[in-house]
Amino acid sequence: MKLLEYQAKQQFALAGIAIPDGRLARTPAEASAIARELGRVAVKAQVQVGGRGKAGGIAVVDTPEAAEREARRILAMEIKGYPVRSVWCETGLAIANEFYLGITLDRECHSTVLMFSAAGGMEIEQVAAEAPEKIAKLWPDPFMGPQTFQIRQLAFAALRNAPELNLPASCIAGALVPLARSLYDLAGHLDALTCEINPLVLTTEGKFVATDGKLEIDDNSDFRHQDLAALLAGDLPAGSGGDPYEAEAQRRGLTYVHLDGYVGCIGNGAGLVMNTLDLVKQQGGEPANFLDVGGGATADKVRDALDMVLLDPQVRGVFVNIFGGITRCDEVARGIIAARDALNIKMPLVVRMTGTSEEEGRRLLQEAGITPGVSATDAAMRVVALTKESN
Amino acid sequence: MSVLLNAASRVLVQGMTGREGGFHTAQMRAYGTNVVAGVSPGKGGTERDGVPVFDTVTDAVAATDADVSAIFVPAPFAADAIMESALADIALTVCITEGIPIHDTIRARSVVMRGGNRRLLGPNCPGLVTPGQSKVGIIPNHISLPGPVGVVARSGTLMYEVIQALSQAGLGQTTSVGIGGDPVSGLSFKDVLELFAKDPATQTVVMIGEIGGASEEEAAAWIAKTGFDKPVVAFISGRTAPPGKRMGHAGAIISGNTGSAQGKIDALTAAGAGIADTIEDVVRLTSGHLPAAPSVR
Repeated sequence: MKLLEYQAKQQFALAGIAIPDGRLARTPAEASAIARELGRVAVKAQVQVGGRGKAGGIAVVDTPEAAEREARRILAMEIKGYPVRSVWCETGLAIANEFYLGITLDRECHSTVLMFSAAGGMEIEQVAAEAPEKIAKLWPDPFMGPQTFQIRQLAFAALRNAPELNLPASCIAGALVPLARSLYDLAGHLDALTCEINPLVLTTEGKFVATDGKLEIDDNSDFRHQDLAALLAGDLPAGSGGDPYEAEAQRRGLTYVHLDGYVGCIGNGAGLVMNTLDLVKQQGGEPANFLDVGGGATADKVRDALDMVLLDPQVRGVFVNIFGGITRCDEVARGIIAARDALNIKMPLVVRMTGTSEEEGRRLLQEAGITPGVSATDAAMRVVALTKESN
Repeated sequence: MSVLLNAASRVLVQGMTGREGGFHTAQMRAYGTNVVAGVSPGKGGTERDGVPVFDTVTDAVAATDADVSAIFVPAPFAADAIMESALADIALTVCITEGIPIHDTIRARSVVMRGGNRRLLGPNCPGLVTPGQSKVGIIPNHISLPGPVGVVARSGTLMYEVIQALSQAGLGQTTSVGIGGDPVSGLSFKDVLELFAKDPATQTVVMIGEIGGASEEEAAAWIAKTGFDKPVVAFISGRTAPPGKRMGHAGAIISGNTGSAQGKIDALTAAGAGIADTIEDVVRLTSGHLPAAPSVR
């Protein structure tokens, strides 16, 4: 779950981190009223993807009329497939320096990592790739959290080669201690995969203010954050933006990734489905999707999976690849037959199944006129040949 | 011989009285696993199919000397179960549960690593099996065969495929270990390779990796550094996965420049591993590494 900028900032504010004065507008008239109240403001598109500045989704305006005009333009935009439904209008700051402060997951260290850099305002991934020495890192003990001395170390390391700081490094380090700790606690409390302030502005008065932020919450922790999910849903009706097929799959509770090929792929287990896609590609075909029905799939789930895959008009044939462990081949066969009959599927349907209840599954399929394969490689070859023919 | 698990292992099941826990406990026992206890808070003093149930892991260990725990409790409570197992000095904690919040896993893992001779396998893993001796987790019972091949994999179903293909070709396994598909977990490829290095019965190793993270690269570096002398056959899935998309497993995602299948294949190739493009290839390459390879059925 990726929060919008203004929602992330609200969370920062609740954690005691300063943010610029701002209001949310859903209409040009609202933006105009905010500009009348706040004066010069930045009008910023609220979307779940980065790069909105480059896309023209941010405008700085001096008058209510300009705010209305720019808000109208931005609210009509779609940024990387995400329609803009609201704009955040906030006051500007007297900026002395810009920093980056963030917490993210470090897989290789099995830990979260706290990062601080004087290269604020740039994409941190870009800084990491081009000048990794500009990012100082700290891996806090998950129970102790970052300690004062560690945050000071982090600050001094990041500021060592930083040009033209407005304040002595020791003052910045001192101010960073409570801020970094607040942000770290917030990240833990919200189960954040990414919790970053970028840029973190140091004002000419020597105060830290979070002028932009990113907060992505671990989907596995949704059960603890129903309030945030509701907040997000209020702004973004389900399925707005992003890939429409993936949004539909999410509604159906299916693990699905949309790709741009023409062979529909269904299997059980993430690794097996990834391998199914690879096999299709190896045989010269292009997979249309990834769909994992998981362990112990029922006939209903398999039917729903087929229905889902066929929503994509690019699909010219489907490859179902099942290794029966907890999943029973007969159950899968029933689902496939039910789907074919209910949806009147005429396109090629190639099934490969092996494992638990394989005999019964194969018998059911054969009686229904579908010839199941045993080798996944052979089945991939067959589905690719059949879908190419129907081209 | 084997790694991590053998016929003498005394297994307890956390969440044994639940639906998944109950079903798989029966499967494990059918395989021959010595399940000595179950743990379900509030059900202590009862029995399930002749296995005593305890309120806490500490009670279960005191009464039964269990040394391996299988965790089947729901995701919101699973990290707590891992810590309970580790702090009761269980040597090997196997967490099958999928969907544990990552911050929970980081905390639980750090407790397991805090000292002693404790290990964590998973979470979000299928468990492990030492053919003919013992199985902990959800790997299907009928696919394994005892023999000289060590198997280590991230994906469950893909590991089942490989185990079955190896067994059908007469290539049995010492132990098959599923390390799981989460971005943060216990035993890594490198850790399991270290165990296979010390196991004289393991003559060759099959490694089944996938996109995301750098665990395969870490293993490759370890192979190159230590001169691991057992042949390794590696199979990497997700070659067609686009960057930035999570492919089913929480950890199967290419982020920026890390985690691509090609990067892993290159690293393993450089370390001298044989790269298999298909499961048929895994069998062919593995069979080539065994001097007295039995005829393929």
